[in-house]
Amino acid sequence: MTALPEATEMVDPVPGAAAPHLPPERGVDTVQLLTPEGDRVEHPDYPLDISDEELRGLYRDLVLVRRWDAEATALQRQGELGIWASLLGQEAAQVGAGRALAEGDMAFPTYREHGVAWTRGVDPLHVMSLFRGVDNGGWDPVATRFNLYTIVIGSQCLHATGYAMGVQRDGSEDAVLAFLGDGATSQGEVNEAMIFAASFSAPVVFFCQNNQYAISVPLERQTRVPLYQRATGFGFPGVRVDGNDVLAVLAVTRAALAAAREGQGPTFIEAFTYRMGAHTTSDDPTRYRLASELEEWKLRDPIARLKAHLSRSGVADAQFFDAVEAEADELAVRIRRGTVEMPDPAPAGMFDHVYAEQTPYLAAQKAEFEAYHASFEGGHQ
Amino acid sequence: MTQTSALRQFKLPDVGEGLTEGEILQWLVAVGDTVTVNQPLCEVETAKAAVELPSPWAGTVVELLFDAGTMVDVGAPIITIDVGGEGGAPSPAADPGGSGLIGETNANGRTAVLVGYGPRTTEARRRPRRTPEPAGTPVLPPVADDAPPLLATAPDMRTKPVRHGGLEVGRQAEAAALSEAAAPAREAVPGRRGPRPLAKPPTRKYAKDLGVDLATITGSGAGGCITRADVDAAIAARSATTAGAEMAIVAPVAGEERIPIKGVRKHTAAAMVSSAFTAPHVTEFLTVDVTRTMKLRTRLAGRPELAGVKVSPLLFVARAVLLAAKRHPMVNSSWDEAAQEIVVHGQVNLGIAAATPRGLVVPNIKDAGRLSLAELAAALGELTETARAGKTAPADMTGGTLTITNVGVFGVDTGTPILNPGESAILAFGAVREMPWVHKGKVRPRQVTTLALSFDHRIVDGELGSRFLADVGALLQDPASALAY
Repeated sequence: MTALPEATEMVDPVPGAAAPHLPPERGVDTVQLLTPEGDRVEHPDYPLDISDEELRGLYRDLVLVRRWDAEATALQRQGELGIWASLLGQEAAQVGAGRALAEGDMAFPTYREHGVAWTRGVDPLHVMSLFRGVDNGGWDPVATRFNLYTIVIGSQCLHATGYAMGVQRDGSEDAVLAFLGDGATSQGEVNEAMIFAASFSAPVVFFCQNNQYAISVPLERQTRVPLYQRATGFGFPGVRVDGNDVLAVLAVTRAALAAAREGQGPTFIEAFTYRMGAHTTSDDPTRYRLASELEEWKLRDPIARLKAHLSRSGVADAQFFDAVEAEADELAVRIRRGTVEMPDPAPAGMFDHVYAEQTPYLAAQKAEFEAYHASFEGGHQ
Repeated sequence: MTQTSALRQFKLPDVGEGLTEGEILQWLVAVGDTVTVNQPLCEVETAKAAVELPSPWAGTVVELLFDAGTMVDVGAPIITIDVGGEGGAPSPAADPGGSGLIGETNANGRTAVLVGYGPRTTEARRRPRRTPEPAGTPVLPPVADDAPPLLATAPDMRTKPVRHGGLEVGRQAEAAALSEAAAPAREAVPGRRGPRPLAKPPTRKYAKDLGVDLATITGSGAGGCITRADVDAAIAARSATTAGAEMAIVAPVAGEERIPIKGVRKHTAAAMVSSAFTAPHVTEFLTVDVTRTMKLRTRLAGRPELAGVKVSPLLFVARAVLLAAKRHPMVNSSWDEAAQEIVVHGQVNLGIAAATPRGLVVPNIKDAGRLSLAELAAALGELTETARAGKTAPADMTGGTLTITNVGVFGVDTGTPILNPGESAILAFGAVREMPWVHKGKVRPRQVTTLALSFDHRIVDGELGSRFLADVGALLQDPASALAY
């Protein structure tokens, strides 16, 4: 679809809300290493030494994650998922942050970090099972170093900070990456986490994907100053990075995690990006966003700019791009098949993961529950 | 996978959370079209959003089951697609129950669920129970036959769960624990400490407020539930048997203090209830600039005549009330219901409401209108001092005809006073505050107070009450005008 007809434009439903949520110009407090046109630029504080192999890997990550997201959105529309929180537009922020993690580092996601899950090696089907209502997240958070999704807004920042304080006491070299959104910065938990993190110099990095909207509430309802400047008030550095620039996100997050590992305490990263889709599949963004804003952000697409850079610099050719597309289609088929084939869980399964070890009381409840279900014809066994 | 024709129907999914219907805005495919997986089929508008529904399968469109513009229930099939020669779609083996069509009922009587949690047919029915008795529960300690039923009239849970598995387990485990723990003691303790008696929260509170122990009551409601009527009946029975011993039903609850209603409080309550529900009260308010009165007070306080007495703002209010009452004698009157007469008093026995440690008392100054300012000041001082000491003689509290209540000493601006029983008017005197006030055409800081006059509307009409209040206000605003009275 090209430019939308004028008739679909709507007036801003929030009186006094600012005009389009567009990123500030490059160089104005925003770290960028790849322009929207795909030109590589340097930043004095964030040099990035990256191999061609890694560059191609990042592109592959972005494309596959976007394809997964598209397939999941379609599956929800087909009734195969209860809900889906789309990451469309935020691929670079998530892949950049995820690829900055060292093997032992621990990440604490919200419910939208599918791109980070991908970089941690989590099987997409383990995420799909959560959104299908089959389980509460099928991956092992200890093995993948990727915590289970947190639906409650902002509470994972406390978990991350507490975990980081534990890492600190263990004398480990690991760092912790806490994900949050712009809306979460208004939550008490997030502020408490930042105070603890600052007070104890905990090795945690707060990675905020500022996608401009907390469901329908625009950024200007959350803050009067740029979000990254809030960090100063807590007593640690804040950095704003172009969230649609995977290279800049990678460089900035790596630096922040390195600082955390060295005992320099927390960093707040504001990845300035845009949620191209709806908040979730239950949401209709046309009711609170301007179509022109969306059009502006399409010009800042994270995948298009990396593709332009790769082809212009000769790092990748058409054959490579086609191969990635083919791989994405295969992934989509695998995700679709795996999702619709997921067996319904046995009702008694809900007793199994309440505690790390089953308690006699719960075991008794489970047995009774199973007996109750077995008393029906055609019941679950 | 076969190449033969296989029809599948796509049911309208719940595209939001908890939606029940959607309107098909338009079809994006037509019968005979070949569609691919995820190709948009139609646009659907729900209460939350207008969205495109992508095809779950590749194939050929056989039938569109609803016209555009139709409102469709979630779960209803909307399109039939022949997936006979499809590629990339899930194989039929993926279907639970092995049926080809979603929605088809399998051998077990369950509906195949291809469309996730969303669409659910509305005619969902309960599965029949297998046998009347699932032979108890293997994991729980057996409940002794003589164990008290958990709830007086609850169904026997050992044979048939009544509500939900998890709940039953909890109840039965609780019952088992209770029967074990309480069994030896049960014989000895007459007032058996069993599980909580069944009663709805409002009834619990009601019983608690009245000091009734629910464990002593047998419920008459559904399932042995104790009702409000049961509590009332228990109280009635109690007071019948323990007539006179009223303390018996009072069971103090932690954190709650029970104060016997007696003495001044009892008298105050009776007087207030009697007054408020016999004399129709009307209250009027007047805010006045009392700067001149306050200046006069300072001047007079230094005069030898007033040496040794307290020259308070209340003194001037009392004086103003007395002067105004002389002009409007009807405010100084009583309603004699028995004689069907209005008694206009010949003298003003001016009551002053006083807060004392024992509560509110309203002693009065007999024939206050005859007193000079110095005498009135002395009388006021003596009256309040005696009241605060709790030594007010009963005679001083009877026979009042008109009352002033000085709420201003508590820093309060005004209120709606309740008449002292038998009287026709009461004036509340609020705090005197320095406030911006228009004085001689300019906003100046002035000392301002609010007067509130309540009167018995049976005797005092609005006009009379208003004139009386206006006169009191005028006297306080310009005390020199008292010379004209």
